[in-house]
Amino acid sequence: MQKRRKLGRGVAVVGAGMSKFGMYKDKDSKYLFAEAFNEMLSSVDKGVDPNDIDALYLGNFTNDFFINQGHWGPIISDLIGLTPKPSTRTEGACAASALAFREGVFAIASGFYDMVLVGGVEEMSKRSTEEVAEGLAMAAIPYEKRVGFTFPGVFGATATAYFAKYGATREHLMNVTIKSHNNARFNPKAQFNASIRDIMDQRIKRCKERGEPVPAWRDEKEFLRDIAANPVVAWPMHLYDCCPISDGASCMLLVAEEMAKNFTDNPLYVVGIGQGSGKGMHAKDELTYFEATRYAAKEAYELSGLKPEDIQIAEVHDCFSIAELIHIEDLGFFKPGEGYKAVEEGLTRLDGPKPINTSGGLKCKGHPVGATGTGQLLEIWKQLRGEAGERQVPIKDLRIGAAHNLGGTGGTCTFTILEKR
Amino acid sequence: MISMAENEFSSSVHNRFLAEKKLMGAKCKRCGAISLPLRPICPKCNASEMEVVEMNGRGKLVAYTVISVGPPMMIEEGFDREHPYCSGIVELEEGVRIPGRIVGVNVAKPDQIKIGTPVTVEYQERVHGEEKRTFLAFRAV
Repeated sequence: MQKRRKLGRGVAVVGAGMSKFGMYKDKDSKYLFAEAFNEMLSSVDKGVDPNDIDALYLGNFTNDFFINQGHWGPIISDLIGLTPKPSTRTEGACAASALAFREGVFAIASGFYDMVLVGGVEEMSKRSTEEVAEGLAMAAIPYEKRVGFTFPGVFGATATAYFAKYGATREHLMNVTIKSHNNARFNPKAQFNASIRDIMDQRIKRCKERGEPVPAWRDEKEFLRDIAANPVVAWPMHLYDCCPISDGASCMLLVAEEMAKNFTDNPLYVVGIGQGSGKGMHAKDELTYFEATRYAAKEAYELSGLKPEDIQIAEVHDCFSIAELIHIEDLGFFKPGEGYKAVEEGLTRLDGPKPINTSGGLKCKGHPVGATGTGQLLEIWKQLRGEAGERQVPIKDLRIGAAHNLGGTGGTCTFTILEKR
Repeated sequence: MISMAENEFSSSVHNRFLAEKKLMGAKCKRCGAISLPLRPICPKCNASEMEVVEMNGRGKLVAYTVISVGPPMMIEEGFDREHPYCSGIVELEEGVRIPGRIVGVNVAKPDQIKIGTPVTVEYQERVHGEEKRTFLAFRAV
């Protein structure tokens, strides 16, 4: 039975920052975190003295494996001048920094701390693609790996189950990719801030310049159907269904609710927070939903007293295109099996009634694993405060946004709801 | 005959059974639920009273993917973009599910592989480095 929870006292977000996500072969992830930290400091409207930060919670998944360095809490707190404040690394695969956020909320809600820095960092670009795939596979389940499943493979199998149950096809996955790239066009922090149309035009231009035969794609779907442009990774997952390998960092500043107005007239209040865990594919009752998402969502909705229809905008964990379709169902935005139809009808577009992944999602913004959780929440921070620039959603009275983060193949899920008052 | 400590319901025992061409599940003596692969604690009732039961090896395909970019282990076996392989989830007649390699399907036409295809267990012996290992596979009938 899932118990109803409550927080000891309220918590608010008063600052947020991120580095641009991308592949930085010559940059150390510490310095990406310094960028994120500095941006966060300048985002606090009335200013903040970093010496008042009581603790750091930092998410990171693979730095031990990729750059042979563990124990990242103290490394980052040293870098940003927090030593000797307590510094803790959280791990939940791709949900690492959402877990850092959650720990920060609990730490303040308990009354023990008043101001906590939360965030994450990941450095994935220094190794070959094969090595990165092997590292990421650490988040998958041993029995699946033994029979050849890869990370994209797990989502490929999830997609075939979803297709068979609900009648969706690859074309419906393409709608997610096209929509997210259209949003990313307006996100200067995104690894791929270009629409599919932009990408097609660039390719065509290059072919003309080189005197090569010009591709005959008439629209985005023809481009995505072209296996030369969009090769198979794990059918039906193709290149453009998969989020990239990225480096990056993000962070947010949390304070006790009663202090929030000292820092900004527009804090965002943490009204809902939830977390769940999940099993390997074979152990699940159904392959077409993530139990951990539903558990996390239920916890967050109950804490906040809100319902899915109250969430006006959301970032969801689109590590693969099929995942976005499932999450918008699991979070209650659309009924099971209706997610793909909603995307097809444009309901989740930037200008739609339920904008999803206005940042471009993991697919376009990038997925530096440990930094994604607070990166998603940062998009909600910008949107609710009217600071999203060209990708600001045109919804009047935008007050409630949420972020859904998923680790591994659904082993960890979080759902966090923020409110502007 | 594999000798097993009474409470050894683990992946290494599962793999030793596979080497004997046996697909074994763990049945909870308290609630009757079957788990696959072997595990020491029942996921349904949390009891630690498991006994080994043999599966009949027949089932149906409930999910699959055809993988072009495989891990080092599969590349070693000769799989690549031109020779992809299929991995899937099979629901056994006993009602439990297990991941497996899927053979006897047309990997060149993944959109035509059918969910619900009846399959039967097959044990694939492969050598990786110095080690001979047995992998669980299912063949479409």
